[in-house]
Amino acid sequence: MVKVITGVHQPDGGEIILNGAPVHFSDARESRNAGIAAIYQELSLFPDLDVAENIFVGRQPIAQGGRIDWRKLYSQADQLLSSLGVHLDLKQKTRSLSIAQQQMVEIARAFSINARILIMDEPTSSLTLNEVADLFRLVRRLREDGTGIIFISHRLEELFEIADRVTVLRDGAYVATRPMSQVNREDLIRLMVGRTISNLFPKQTVEAGEVVLKVENLSRTGVFQNISFELRRGEILGMAGLVGAGRTDVARAIFGVEPPTSGSIQIDGQDVSITSPHQAMNLGLAYVPEDRQVHGLIPAMTIVSNISLPIINGFSTWGWLNRENERSSAFTSARQMEVRANNIWQKARELSGGNQQKVVLAKWLSTKPRILILDEPTRGIDVGTKAAVHELMSKLASEGMAILMISSELPEVLGMSDRIIVMREGIQTACFSRAEATQEKILHAATQAVNAGSAP
Amino acid sequence: MTVKTLNAARPKLVLAAARYREVGLAFFILILIAAVSLRSPNFLTAANFQNIFLNISILIIVALAQTMVMITKGIDLSVGSMIGLVAMMVSFMIKIYPNFPIPVAVALGMGLGAVLGVFNGLIIAYGKVPPIIATLGTLSVYRGLVFLYSEGTWINAFEMSRTFKLLSKAAPLGLPNLVIFAIVAAVLVFFFLNHTRTGRDIYAVGSNPDAAQYAGIRKQRIIFTVYVLSGIACGLGGVLWASRFESAQTNTALGFELQTVAASIVGGVSTSGGVGTVPGVLLGALLLGIIQNSLTLVRISPFWQLAAQGLLILIAVVTDHLIQRGMQRRSG
Repeated sequence: MVKVITGVHQPDGGEIILNGAPVHFSDARESRNAGIAAIYQELSLFPDLDVAENIFVGRQPIAQGGRIDWRKLYSQADQLLSSLGVHLDLKQKTRSLSIAQQQMVEIARAFSINARILIMDEPTSSLTLNEVADLFRLVRRLREDGTGIIFISHRLEELFEIADRVTVLRDGAYVATRPMSQVNREDLIRLMVGRTISNLFPKQTVEAGEVVLKVENLSRTGVFQNISFELRRGEILGMAGLVGAGRTDVARAIFGVEPPTSGSIQIDGQDVSITSPHQAMNLGLAYVPEDRQVHGLIPAMTIVSNISLPIINGFSTWGWLNRENERSSAFTSARQMEVRANNIWQKARELSGGNQQKVVLAKWLSTKPRILILDEPTRGIDVGTKAAVHELMSKLASEGMAILMISSELPEVLGMSDRIIVMREGIQTACFSRAEATQEKILHAATQAVNAGSAP
Repeated sequence: MTVKTLNAARPKLVLAAARYREVGLAFFILILIAAVSLRSPNFLTAANFQNIFLNISILIIVALAQTMVMITKGIDLSVGSMIGLVAMMVSFMIKIYPNFPIPVAVALGMGLGAVLGVFNGLIIAYGKVPPIIATLGTLSVYRGLVFLYSEGTWINAFEMSRTFKLLSKAAPLGLPNLVIFAIVAAVLVFFFLNHTRTGRDIYAVGSNPDAAQYAGIRKQRIIFTVYVLSGIACGLGGVLWASRFESAQTNTALGFELQTVAASIVGGVSTSGGVGTVPGVLLGALLLGIIQNSLTLVRISPFWQLAAQGLLILIAVVTDHLIQRGMQRRSG
């Protein structure tokens, strides 16, 4: 819907009324000139351009003779970023920035337009709590300056904190609009899912079995150091920390994408050295990566091909692919995951974020792993799918799967994990049991060194 | 919003290497020059280098345009045929009207090139045909037009006016005009890519097409533009080609598209778009020119030259890549 308002896509019907008059935008330039800026959910930066240019792309300051005034551009960008309190190298290519930093650039771009209407689609999905607080301060400041803000979010807490009114959409249809002061959390969830979710985190208590994965002093020079933990059958181990703490790097090291430089990994008590994802898969590991678009899916391929990708050898005899087996197996997996699509030959890129995530999960579960690593499994997906993912995790654990879950969302970590380890800047700073973990303790461990001596 | 990361404190060396990709290539060229001049005393002379520059001038003009196309994730395979067609048509003019004013001939060539480029641009930007397919098609169509237009005949040196032949060779400014044309083209393209909005939009479209659209950039128009520019460059290239080689043949510039792509890629242009610089392409074309020139000088058998040429290009690209990675690792 954001794309329709900003003119990137055209509406099939209805009209947009701006300041009392109907308007029509045929591209994003026209809506921008009308004072509408948007921050899209999928990051829309130019990886090969630098920070300053990304902010002003398409409307660089022009000096005489149509020449771009680079000096003015950099000084304006500098002013803008310091007024936002963001510290970034203006000349760095955005390709090498972290996701949170990239988001800052997007926000700076939206702010630089001096928009009267600002649309933010899930702006906080990859920010840490501190960054969210800073963002909200800015949003409030803009509101006081008279900017109208449409703030799209799946995080209900945020809406209560920041919004004046709330409109609920479900499956592409309008449900209701209420003043924020007249609804509570349960009301909203009911409106969103159309039913009550009795238990937000359906975690079952499972008796943890024997140790299946043991990691000792795992290090990758310059990225993370001395990570040690055990993962047992039927256990969900949460991994908390700020964005950029090195959690994903640990997961990638275990899965053999970028092998560790020292330390040991044991599976079922056997020392293993995993040097490729292929080998990791044969050892019963599966890794659902953080970035669906880049690492999790092949967007241009169909749902069937995506799901059968890791197990494609199982469908071939002497190199000849049995399409029917592939189809029926993928169909079963997709149905189990309740993937919502027109048909299973639909391209993965045409699906919503939640359904894409279901396809990724179906794909990895089809390898029948014993150890499942989930990296931000519910980032940027809707509440309904989120609940489904949580339910699935709980069910898998009760069937004996060992799950390592990386998550930046504290309620999720607290709600789903049996044990929680916390990382900060590449170091393991704490380990809590489900009973002793609290939001405060985790945040403390994620932001401050526990043993100050070991800081890099 | 305070963002603290390790990235912010990266050493300058990495940034320099990341920003100036050309360093590795320049390094390789220097080594090659040193190596060849040890083998052949005739190599490192002003006369020989003027010769090299003459040989790569048209390549530079067209490779610059090819680079702009490739920055948008595209490719223009029809450049050789466009050069051939323009060379043939302009040469016919010169043959029929020996007093045809030369500046008008140049403008006419560029105009004809523009028309051919418009055709490519329409098919690709608005017809949404993938560039490689569209230009593979026009490669044949334009080459076919050369045959139709010329009815298979050639235009030879004696049919061309002296002033036309001098267009590329005269050196009123101390350097042959051909080299001057290449320098002016490089300066113009450099200014265009780095100091105009349209130029920056080219990078934006190649770097992230969807985001470009969200940012209000008219993506189709930008893509259309680069193919028209490519046509114009080929138009100029075609006129200069006919003047320099004093002939227009049905096989003029046959296969030239591969050289322009090679110069661009050796110069650091990424086939996946968004990346490419004018200095890089100049070095890429220079490397190709030096390789061709030195293979003859050090008397490598003509039968081996093509293979040796390809091998050296591969070595250059790999060296460049290794230097890049080495720099990043050492400081990372």
